[in-house]
Amino acid sequence: MKLVIVDTGCANIASVRFAVERLGCPVTVSDDPEVIKSADKVILPGVGSAPAAMQKIETKGLITVVRELSQPTLGICLGMQLMTRQSEEGHVACLGMIASEVKRMQVGNLRLPHMGWNTITANPDSPLFEGIADGSYFYFVHSFAVSVGDYTLARCEYGMPFSASIGQGNFMGVQFHPERSGEAGSRLLHNFISQC
Amino acid sequence: MLARRIIPCLDVKDGKVVKGVQFRNHEIVGDIVPLAEQYALAGADELVFYDITASSDARVVDKSWVSRIAEVINIPFCVAGGIKSVEDAGKVLEMGADKVSINSPALADPSLITKLHDQFGQQCVVIGIDSYFDQSSNTYQVKQFTGDEKRTLTTGWQTADWVKEVQQRGAGEIVLNCMNQDGVRQGYDIAQLAAIRASCQVPLIASGGAGTMEHFKAVFEQADVDGALAASVFHKGIIAIPALKQYLRDQQIPMRS
Repeated sequence: MKLVIVDTGCANIASVRFAVERLGCPVTVSDDPEVIKSADKVILPGVGSAPAAMQKIETKGLITVVRELSQPTLGICLGMQLMTRQSEEGHVACLGMIASEVKRMQVGNLRLPHMGWNTITANPDSPLFEGIADGSYFYFVHSFAVSVGDYTLARCEYGMPFSASIGQGNFMGVQFHPERSGEAGSRLLHNFISQC
Repeated sequence: MLARRIIPCLDVKDGKVVKGVQFRNHEIVGDIVPLAEQYALAGADELVFYDITASSDARVVDKSWVSRIAEVINIPFCVAGGIKSVEDAGKVLEMGADKVSINSPALADPSLITKLHDQFGQQCVVIGIDSYFDQSSNTYQVKQFTGDEKRTLTTGWQTADWVKEVQQRGAGEIVLNCMNQDGVRQGYDIAQLAAIRASCQVPLIASGGAGTMEHFKAVFEQADVDGALAASVFHKGIIAIPALKQYLRDQQIPMRS
């Protein structure tokens, strides 16, 4: 199995690589279109702001490459948001593989960013969440989110319900950081590698 | 529900974890990586590594331990100390840290906060504040260069004003260290933390003073902080993290299980 992490130039690539390696899975970090296209599975990481990340992906000439991937592809945090059609953060057009959009969270008096460990509830049929009990804690850090809708695979609540995970076809994404989410996060990455 | 966080802080000096009392007399506690692993396994929600020598002695500090930590632990961690530029922060984040915490360099050049925000995103930018209650003027003052007693300065900032300023400049989280309480285990400075909480719209982490489990309960219930940071009670085995989290859960404070 050839797993490739897209080198988006964002900051959490090392943590994602280490988390996958802890599962005993060899992984390549690359921004080479041929390496990415030839992968069996792809991870699209990301932290920072949507416009800056889209700019980096464009500069690296990877927009079409990522859009046209047909193998299972997992977006993490901002990587998930980039898979949608658009983000309210900087009003930027995203990659558009999942027919959702990202909006700033409306959480009333609560603090933003939504930062810390929160519980999720997954769709029962989602292979990505197999063996992960409802109420499991994952680590979140974000101020923008996808609302709950047709493409939601798991939900979370912070002042409002939102998608903890979304998916459409071969593309799936998680708003939290599985690489920093303890045993539950390891299980999710294991599921992506072995079940999806 | 979003859980409140328990955050062991590991003060690092010359690559070892140390702990002093009110920022003085540092004694070695142990090696970084095994301690980090041990805390992650015990149920810590996050770790902070504070390179306490770095900001005050102006040398280039070896941070290779950051990637050694990132390789082994599966919870978030933050690195503080000696990060003076976007480049410094980038290196630490590339090595696998989730956040960087800036203290003295932000006081020297507040525009650094905005630059870090723009480059890496708000979620990476933690501002550490060392706040000292001065009895003669009855004010909370922000101190700079607290890693070295001889160089410690009182800045012109009152703590509440600096908290507002750093939020405007793009801070994603604030760690408020109440220096009068640091290392003496007499409880968090609830009055100060509650006052700061009122004007803090980003996550606020309490630091300085934890001595008993009741101190954690009090700071979550009375100051509404998002996380509580502590060092000596954990390093010295006075409080075990699993027992602390069970106690707080029994008090209806949401804790990650």
